[in-house]
Amino acid sequence: MRRRLVTVLLAVIAAILAVPAMAVADDQSGENLNGQIRIPETVEGIDITVFQGDEEIGAVTTGSDGSWEVELPGPGDYRVVLDQESVPDEFVVDESPGAEIEVSVRPGQQRTVIFRLAPPGQEEAEASPSESADSGGGADAEADGGGEEGVTTAPGVSAGTPFGTKVVQLAVAGLIFGLIIAISAIGLSLIFGTTKMINFAHGDLVTFGAVMAMLFSTGAGGFGNSLLVLLVAGLLAAGAGSLLSGRAPRPVPAVVAAVIALVGVAASTVVGIQGEALDWEVPLAGAALVAVLMGAAFGAGLERYVWRPLRNRNVALIQMFIVSIGISLMLRHILLVAFGGTRQRYDEFQLQEMWRLGPIAITPRDLSIVGLSVLVLVLVACMLQFTRIGKAMRAVADNRDLAESSGIDVNRVTLYVWSLGGGLSALGGVFYGLNQTVYWQMGFHLLLLMFAAVTLGGLGTAYGAMVGGLVIGLVAQLSTLWFPSQLMNAWALAIMIVVLLVRPQGILGRRERVG
Amino acid sequence: MDFLYILATAIETAIGPIAAVYALAAIGLNLHFGYTGLLNFGQVGFMLVGGYGVAVSVSTFGLPLWAGVLASIGCAVLLALLLGIPTLRLRADYLSICTIAVAEVARLVYRAEFARDVTGGVYGLQGFASAFYDANPFPRGDYGIGDISFSARDLWMMIAAWGLVLVASVVMWLLIHSPWGRVIKGIREDEEAVRSLGKNVFAYKMQSLVLGGVFGALAGALIAVNQQTITPDQFMPQVTFYLWAMLLLGGAGRTLGPVLGAVVMWFLLTVFDETLRSLAATGVLPFLQGSDVGALRHAMVGLALLLLIVFRPQGIIGNRKEMLVNVK
Amino acid sequence: MSSDATEVTAGGPAPVDRMAGVAATPGVAKPDPILKAHGVRRSFGGLTAVDVEHLEVQRGTITALIGPNGAGKSTLFNLLTGFDRVDAGEWSFEGRRLNGLGGHRVARSGMVRTFQLTKALTRLTVLDNMLLAAQGQLGERVWGAFLRSGWRGQERANIERAEQLLERFKLLDKRHEMAGNLSGGQRKLLEMARSLMVDPSMVMLDEPMAGVNPALVQSLLGHITALRDDGMTVLFVEHDMDVIMGISDWIVVLAQGQVIAEGRPEDIRADQRVVDAYLGAQHGEPADAEEGR
Ligand SMILES: Nc1ncnc2c1ncn2[C@@H]1O[C@H](COP(=O)(O)OP(=O)(O)O)[C@@H](O)[C@H]1O
Ligand SMILES: [Mg+2]
Repeated sequence: MRRRLVTVLLAVIAAILAVPAMAVADDQSGENLNGQIRIPETVEGIDITVFQGDEEIGAVTTGSDGSWEVELPGPGDYRVVLDQESVPDEFVVDESPGAEIEVSVRPGQQRTVIFRLAPPGQEEAEASPSESADSGGGADAEADGGGEEGVTTAPGVSAGTPFGTKVVQLAVAGLIFGLIIAISAIGLSLIFGTTKMINFAHGDLVTFGAVMAMLFSTGAGGFGNSLLVLLVAGLLAAGAGSLLSGRAPRPVPAVVAAVIALVGVAASTVVGIQGEALDWEVPLAGAALVAVLMGAAFGAGLERYVWRPLRNRNVALIQMFIVSIGISLMLRHILLVAFGGTRQRYDEFQLQEMWRLGPIAITPRDLSIVGLSVLVLVLVACMLQFTRIGKAMRAVADNRDLAESSGIDVNRVTLYVWSLGGGLSALGGVFYGLNQTVYWQMGFHLLLLMFAAVTLGGLGTAYGAMVGGLVIGLVAQLSTLWFPSQLMNAWALAIMIVVLLVRPQGILGRRERVG
Repeated sequence: MDFLYILATAIETAIGPIAAVYALAAIGLNLHFGYTGLLNFGQVGFMLVGGYGVAVSVSTFGLPLWAGVLASIGCAVLLALLLGIPTLRLRADYLSICTIAVAEVARLVYRAEFARDVTGGVYGLQGFASAFYDANPFPRGDYGIGDISFSARDLWMMIAAWGLVLVASVVMWLLIHSPWGRVIKGIREDEEAVRSLGKNVFAYKMQSLVLGGVFGALAGALIAVNQQTITPDQFMPQVTFYLWAMLLLGGAGRTLGPVLGAVVMWFLLTVFDETLRSLAATGVLPFLQGSDVGALRHAMVGLALLLLIVFRPQGIIGNRKEMLVNVK
Repeated sequence: MSSDATEVTAGGPAPVDRMAGVAATPGVAKPDPILKAHGVRRSFGGLTAVDVEHLEVQRGTITALIGPNGAGKSTLFNLLTGFDRVDAGEWSFEGRRLNGLGGHRVARSGMVRTFQLTKALTRLTVLDNMLLAAQGQLGERVWGAFLRSGWRGQERANIERAEQLLERFKLLDKRHEMAGNLSGGQRKLLEMARSLMVDPSMVMLDEPMAGVNPALVQSLLGHITALRDDGMTVLFVEHDMDVIMGISDWIVVLAQGQVIAEGRPEDIRADQRVVDAYLGAQHGEPADAEEGR
């Protein structure tokens, strides 16, 4: 009965998934070349011609937003030529990449070609472009939004800011970034401690949290609300079922649960069809809460249905790493397909006035992120330090065998660690998305920094992850004082490598015994 | 849906130059992981420096193509030394994190603004391999049987790429079936034991890292030559994960494992892609956009990794008995 | 407890009993030491695992290292063979200082050790395990590997020697078996045979008899005595008192990292402090307390 119910639910979810998506579906599927002339600003009316060999394939003129697109007959090598005559007088074509670009297009690829303009005399202007060239069947095209890949921006910092102010602002940005890394990385470290496994999918748990919060807080064309109704109905059904079981005659709990679930499904379908017409969205705080709960449930689900069975089968650790990479690839790209490749911002808490606190300028939003993060970190620390389950977690992370032989239910503790980790990383994702933008690779970019943080602190300790996270966040931001911001993550990773050079076991780690 | 067309396209991809490139890089990874037990998650870093070795030498410094290939190999050796000296003493788990980090740092550096004069920054470099195509002995036209056909350019490229794969496989076979290979495999099992028998484990690991890295770099050089253009963002960490999937699919610790893995993997990926695409085109999957196919393909690779580990950890031609011996 | 308390009788050691006349005091000097350690110390956090003031091992003897679990025997092995770093101290082998030398260089200089937790190379055959131990192989260089004609002769000779050793250790019919398929006792044997394949002048065996069946123990003891008679020095850790008393020429007792006594078997049996620190304690302690990590 339970299994059938789940099957029905899944089918309905699939159907609902299809409904809003149908509306936006288009059947564009062939190869094309496209781009947008928007550096330094969008320019309309520029002629672009595509050749294959000497044969002209197509010609276009950029539209009002500077964008253009040419359909191609198939994969192959093409030459894209920008007509210099059509460029307005106030610009010339930047020498790099020039006015003529050769590209090769793989089957099915929608390839972005970047031309840049510059004011005359400044062809080599130091504007940093934002698109990354396509690198895998169109999947990695990072369209709108305009954030440089993996770069976390600090507010109130620009070229003209005096050095002192810059230091303060970057330190604040580093603090926020570090807190976000710390929150997300605690789970990574504890998971390593309890199971000796490096969870390469941890970054995507972060993305999962951010995207879920986005989904519920914006409604996503009714989809968010409808999913929410479905979730609530599922919870209610399960709750009612377990409440009634044993108190009422046998068929009653199942029937009640099924009825609640069916009503929920119906309601969620109605809400889904209503879509945007139903002008109600969960406030971001509520959405974040739901996202954290979902993250926790997701983490626990992974442990219960993937990792524990694998451990029971005695699968070697290295193989587990690879499984986690597999899960990460799947999760990330499913999120990409489901929610698109664009960067988005949450609706709420944007465009805020800076508050001035002494030398520091900070938006109320960022200040709340700092406050909440510190609060969460303190709560987690208290939990680890004073509660039974927290102590058990630390004991298992310290020495699994010893903990097991002293009567701790290691599997249960591991399950809690995974849900704690999943929930915290989802929260980290919401904060990160709030502070920057939400996009499908955000967690993956954060993952390497989380690795750096936990490695710095020593794999397996929760407090190490907190300290390491702060260090990494500060290093990344403060490095931009002297070095290009594109390299901020590189510096953070370099710090990690240097530390390992000096202490191969990490700052707080221990050497293992030989023989 | 045209099954014959899909089949032909899939075979073309499976024996085409791209599959050869991946096979070559996976051979390097096989030396690292399959034989030496090094958990290298940064193989793409070697491909990056290899590709740019050619591109920068020819485009930026105007050197001949062969010098560019030498530069590729040199860069790979350098990267292996830089990577190996700090990390080869580390535990396997730290090593995996470090390799992925170093490869990513390399990509960030190559695409950075300050490197633009040399590497072309995010735009990369174009048009540096004409010397290779000028040497093409095949007259223009298409070559092939039935629906499977290649242009003269592709054919020339395939011969070079598969030729390199052949050379690399022979080199690997000779090495592995020698006392050197025995030491390497011993290190995979337990490096302390090998050290206690008087072998300089660090030096052997370094040799393995360098050699496998050179294979990776040559694969990168082939990518550059094949495309005539190169950008840093072609070398995302996903590429390494693809290589892992291929290696595990074929069978790690077997000479032909990575080659077979690359061919089969590309075949399956293309079948998947084309089927999905033609389904989307006929409107059966209305919620799927063209650009989603690529993303779904990445997801498929992830699923493949998972299923492989669970159901066939030894891969297609791996030895299950060997696999099950006393798992550590 | 001066480390210089030498009481070597004039005229040197007798041909049979090389230890004749050496006083049974901790840290006593030996007439012809192959291994000398001085002030070797290692601590883990607050715990001082090894603190050996002075220790010498006589060439051509069987020396037993005994002590309660956690006394620091394995740690001392690790330190002396370059598998762990000392906090202080120095030691020399055949007159050569070994400080700071990596494990492989120590092994090459002729001092080869085995591990308490066996380290069979599981996915290599038994024969490959043995061949790996042979020294000076041309085919182990990366370029040499390609010149098959260069190393084929050497390989054949090594196989012959390996098979002789395997024969001695009753493993010959397992030579094409994966080492991982051997039983625990067989792995111990393989590890010992493998260490001999290095052709060392001194072997250090960490609990070589653990898990080997009693019938085989007798023949193993025979091998060990034979090794000594061939001129090899043996230092071994063991818990079985009968074994120790039976074959050792000299016994060193370690407790809490320090050498608390050394001497001939009869000296040790009579030493009240040893009985207190070890023999007494041993019976109260579970024997397998340190098996498995
Ligand atoms: N790598 C290590 N880290 C921490 N403690 C260690 C390490 N290696 C050994 N020890 C400790 O040192 C002491 C001596 O251990 P060991 O040398 O293995 O004793 P044994 O004499 O039984 O071989 C033990 O208390 C052990 O717990
Ligand atoms: Mg011991």
